[in-house]
Amino acid sequence: MSRTDWEVVIGLEIHVQLLTAAKIFSGASTQFGALPNSQASAVDLGLPGVLPVLNPAVYKKAVCFGLGIGAKINHRSVFDRKNYFYPDSPKGYQITQLDYPIIESGEIEITLSNGSNKTIGVTRAHLEEDAGKSLHENFLNQTGIDLNRAGTPLLEIVSEPDLRSSEEAVAYAKYIHHLVTYLSVSDGNMAEGSLRCDANVSLRKHGDSKLGTRTETKNVNSFRFLERAIEFEISRQMEILESGGRVTQETRLYDSERDETRPMRSKETATDYRYFPEPDLLPLYIDQNYIDSIRQQMPELPDQKNTRFIADYQLNTDDAGYLSANTELANYFESVVDTGGNARLAANWVRVELMAGLNRDNLPLSEAPVSATELGFLIARIQDQSISGKIAKTVFEALWRNEATSAQDFIKANNLSQVSDINALEPLISKVLEDNIKQVEQFRAGKTKLMGFFVGQIMKQTQGKANPKQLNEILLQKLNSN
Amino acid sequence: MKHAQSIKSILNALDKKDYSCRELVQHFLTRIQAQNDHLNAYITVCSESALKHADLMDQARSAGTAPPLAGLPIAHKDIFCTNGIKTTAGSRMLNNFIAPYDATVVDKMSTAGTISLGKTNMDEFAMGSSNENSFYGNVNNPWAAGTIPGGSSGGSAAAVAAGLCAASTGTDTGGSIRQPAAMCGVTGLKPTYGRVSRWGMIAYASSLDQAGPIARSAEDVAILLNVMAGHDPKDSTSLNEAVPDYTQALNRPIKSLKIGICPAHFRDGLDQQTEQAIQIAIKQFESAGATISEINLPMTKHAIPAYYIIAPAEASANLSRYDGVRFGHRCDQPQNISDLYKRSRAEGFGKEVKQRIMVGSFALSAGYYDAYYRKAQQIRRLIKNDFIAAFNKVDLIIGPTAPSPAFKMGEKSADQISMYLQDIYTITSNLAGLPAASIPVGFSNNMPVGLQIIGNYLDESKILNLAHQFQLMTDWHIQTPAETTP
Repeated sequence: MSRTDWEVVIGLEIHVQLLTAAKIFSGASTQFGALPNSQASAVDLGLPGVLPVLNPAVYKKAVCFGLGIGAKINHRSVFDRKNYFYPDSPKGYQITQLDYPIIESGEIEITLSNGSNKTIGVTRAHLEEDAGKSLHENFLNQTGIDLNRAGTPLLEIVSEPDLRSSEEAVAYAKYIHHLVTYLSVSDGNMAEGSLRCDANVSLRKHGDSKLGTRTETKNVNSFRFLERAIEFEISRQMEILESGGRVTQETRLYDSERDETRPMRSKETATDYRYFPEPDLLPLYIDQNYIDSIRQQMPELPDQKNTRFIADYQLNTDDAGYLSANTELANYFESVVDTGGNARLAANWVRVELMAGLNRDNLPLSEAPVSATELGFLIARIQDQSISGKIAKTVFEALWRNEATSAQDFIKANNLSQVSDINALEPLISKVLEDNIKQVEQFRAGKTKLMGFFVGQIMKQTQGKANPKQLNEILLQKLNSN
Repeated sequence: MKHAQSIKSILNALDKKDYSCRELVQHFLTRIQAQNDHLNAYITVCSESALKHADLMDQARSAGTAPPLAGLPIAHKDIFCTNGIKTTAGSRMLNNFIAPYDATVVDKMSTAGTISLGKTNMDEFAMGSSNENSFYGNVNNPWAAGTIPGGSSGGSAAAVAAGLCAASTGTDTGGSIRQPAAMCGVTGLKPTYGRVSRWGMIAYASSLDQAGPIARSAEDVAILLNVMAGHDPKDSTSLNEAVPDYTQALNRPIKSLKIGICPAHFRDGLDQQTEQAIQIAIKQFESAGATISEINLPMTKHAIPAYYIIAPAEASANLSRYDGVRFGHRCDQPQNISDLYKRSRAEGFGKEVKQRIMVGSFALSAGYYDAYYRKAQQIRRLIKNDFIAAFNKVDLIIGPTAPSPAFKMGEKSADQISMYLQDIYTITSNLAGLPAASIPVGFSNNMPVGLQIIGNYLDESKILNLAHQFQLMTDWHIQTPAETTP
């Protein structure tokens, strides 16, 4: 048998840290990178007598995400205690949601490298608190515990087992990453652990309706590692199955240095989490008015924006995809169009000139030296033919280097407006033709290539400001008459 | 007799400058010093901070800026966290624990001007009905040495009865305010679940735990409840309902009150003299014009089993945080994390606590959850429905607080079921979340007998009204035990 005989079935659980100033139950700050335990309050430390109070900003983010994937927002969800002992779990239980999650039944559409689209179901997404961190270095045979992260709000997003390859899994994870970042549900900073993936992988023969035994690879924190971990699991499980063995249901860890997954704990020794409803918290009730108010505040979703850019601006799919992927960039682009009019020209300028400048100077869009209005103005001038594209670039660069305060002033001050006035252009053209009678004769004899010569002569005299289109028209008219 | 006065008389005397707050506090501290070795009602006595606070209250009184209860000496059950003062919950586990915060109850009482004399003894993590489960030793019932004071708020009830404080705070998960109040001959109230904040109160069973006052009379309880009750944004389960002035309704006539009696409360297992005392009280209510009728609470028989699933289940999780990692008892020389957990917990917890953790963990285990925890929650709902039906007919339900008066230490230690049956009459109001009080109504074998009054949700005023009217007609609540020291 070969790889093509096996169907790969993958489901992802993605833990997303929610972008809220305060923790989910304690009010302490969620800032990353502070001194160990400096952001752990009495609640985060699990001191005796303390109680959790749900931070409303947390469920707002969850509702926002739920609306973003067209999911059902449950009007009533319930927090549960998941009991287990671990040094960085201060209370000895994690507050999570088991039977009644805040979000159920959403779906997203991923695009694969071959251009095809596929819909992936999102079973549920529930709220829970993050654990602290155990630090094994620098403590000589002991373990340090930093509880700054304890109580950071998490949304665990669970997919249906709809993914069929590592490519699909990565595309799905990237989409989720993109969406949560886009909606400001999370900062999406994977290096800081803001998005962590658990991959459930199993294999079955094509045509089988029953799922094979799965393994869960935990805490993968980059897309590349996700791909590698899944690929490793596929090969490993295939090898076992093809040699007649059985896959053990277990939790595994991906070791990026060795590029392999290793067993963490097997189901036989798995913890019984003894879930039960959290008596310190009331069920979370979210009414339709609240959901509607969040819906009204929601930014346009990337997909909606993409569709609109294609429909309203006649952008190609590539430009539309690029410009709709990031709200800030999309807003910039739309401001340029508002002033400049020509959307395709605006798209081109934003993607080429603006992005090149930002990349070269390593600037965020918010600090771009050329505002959308200024760029729009330039595009409007190109449109009305008062400047050429070439001149526009000169103006753009001058604005970028802060050599000009406004495009309009710079064009005026440097006398860069194109000469489109027939009254001004005609005598110039006549003069050039008179001065170059020989070339005129050659042209009329069929050497049409000389057109470029005439244009060049006139451009020289106008320092490039002649409107090329008008120049061509008048020139041809004069050369072909007589 | 400064120590046996009502709150009103104490505040009145302080107003009239019959004595200063410092003199009053000193008086109680002297009594504690003389009697606590014997009674063991206090785990920690805060002489220095109490005197300091008394001076501040004296100054506030002179300046005319005194809060309403300025100078009233009270004691807190050692389950309420107190900023800078050790809070043990009666456990070795927390023998070294000093909280960096005050429980909301402590904070409110302190803001109202009360002065904390110390922290009172209790069954470890509030698990017990005799105070025999405290790491800090048994508490003697002030009415008879060698007799238990009830539990788990045994120290709080004994301290009030013995005049070692004017009033105290307690907590009640299955009867832990009412049963010791009954056994020590004082008045105690467990408010409606959520009426008093649980913030800073060490959790035993979160869905049942409720704080309340223990004092010399219904009037004193009303004064204290005015301070303790109220919504707390730090406790999600605290009720966001206006707090009435509980002293307002005390003097309403009880003529129109409809009182229910549940026959099941008077069956086998009820001490005869206790029953007699209760029956006499019922007659007194009747002659005062209240209407007495029978009601039924058929699910009551399932209350003890349901309670001993739900409470240990919640406790098993609530007590997981005592792992020797961040605070509390840690074993010597742990070899690894598992050794640290096992030995710290084995050494830090007492027998009853360990047993309840085991029972609770079992009840929540995969495969048993439906048979135990879920079933117990269903019973809990049915018990609640019983009460809802009963309160459609009557205003209040009365009966014995406990099946017998205080018993000798060690008497029931070997018989766990009979110990658990101590809470048979009190546990249902915890499961239903209802308010209930115990007031003294006589004696059995020279030991106090308590009458329980259960009210509908947020009907604390009605309970206190009936209790106060009874105390106007009788003198059981002003009887005090003979002084236990020379």
